[in-house]
Amino acid sequence: MGLLDKQFTDENIIITKVDDLLNWARLSSLWQMGFGLACCAIEMMATSASHYDFDRFGVIPRPSPRQSDVIIISGTVTLKMALRIKRLYEQMPDPKYVISMGSCSNSGGPYWEHGYHVLKGVDRVIPVDVYVPGCPPRPEALLEGLLKLQEKIRNESLVINKKSA
Amino acid sequence: MKTAEEIFESLKTKFSEAVITLITDKPVEAFIEAAPMEIDKVCLYLRDEEGFEFNSLMNLSGVDDANGEKVKDENDNEIIKGGTLSVYYHLESTNLKHKITLKVSTDRENPEVASVEEIWRTADWHEREAYDMFGIKFLNHHNLIRILMPYDWDAGHPLRKDYQNPEFYKGMKVPY
Repeated sequence: MGLLDKQFTDENIIITKVDDLLNWARLSSLWQMGFGLACCAIEMMATSASHYDFDRFGVIPRPSPRQSDVIIISGTVTLKMALRIKRLYEQMPDPKYVISMGSCSNSGGPYWEHGYHVLKGVDRVIPVDVYVPGCPPRPEALLEGLLKLQEKIRNESLVINKKSA
Repeated sequence: MKTAEEIFESLKTKFSEAVITLITDKPVEAFIEAAPMEIDKVCLYLRDEEGFEFNSLMNLSGVDDANGEKVKDENDNEIIKGGTLSVYYHLESTNLKHKITLKVSTDRENPEVASVEEIWRTADWHEREAYDMFGIKFLNHHNLIRILMPYDWDAGHPLRKDYQNPEFYKGMKVPY
């Protein structure tokens, strides 16, 4: 059930579940780590810019992994970079999410066979929540990926059920 | 402006041993092949001599000629024994508007070439790249370490024609 059931009918009181409220708050302010790798990063920056305006979904780039909720792996993950990505991911506070953007970080992309230096998919080092296909994906595709991630967060539960735990 | 022939004649009189041949029968501009241990002296001369003034090293690249004997190793992978690795130098004089290409070939099993890093600072990273990708050792280079691959990469030099990618690097599976 939605957040705004019975909205304003009971004298300005909204009745909702704690889960729904927390999830709504979390999915509406996904702070992304300010991190780009290759040509996909150009599309990611375009998505952040005024025309596509990532900020309307609450996505703001943060300069530190310790302040970030989501990391968008936007580009080719080399073996050298993979170790750094893993470290950055580990520095992010839970709950944390990963969007794999573009063919390279999904599966190695054009480097799948002869890319001696490329990790064939970032999911070999960190868990991925949403894969966005494309080479590179258009900003609309990245926005779609973000909406998918929001959908995922909306259906999560952070509240521990003591009976089942 | 000097043509490749004029530059070759001048180098031939100056370095009779080191400058080997002028190669004109390829479908590219003529280039000069020199000895790998003398290339630094040749380059210094080309940079400083009046009339040449090659003040810019546009590019320096390694090449695996893959002209050795192809044999199977114990794992049935084809590897190359013997043959040569080459280094190409593309020089330009921005004053005199002329260009020349130099080539040196060195033994594939023990590839050693004199460094030109002291002559053009550009060569520093270019030589590191040629070392990283082909394993060519540039003698007298002040910091000949890998530049692109991880510093601790121990699976060889990736642009050699018989390079085999490792199964794993630091726990990460490398092949698709």
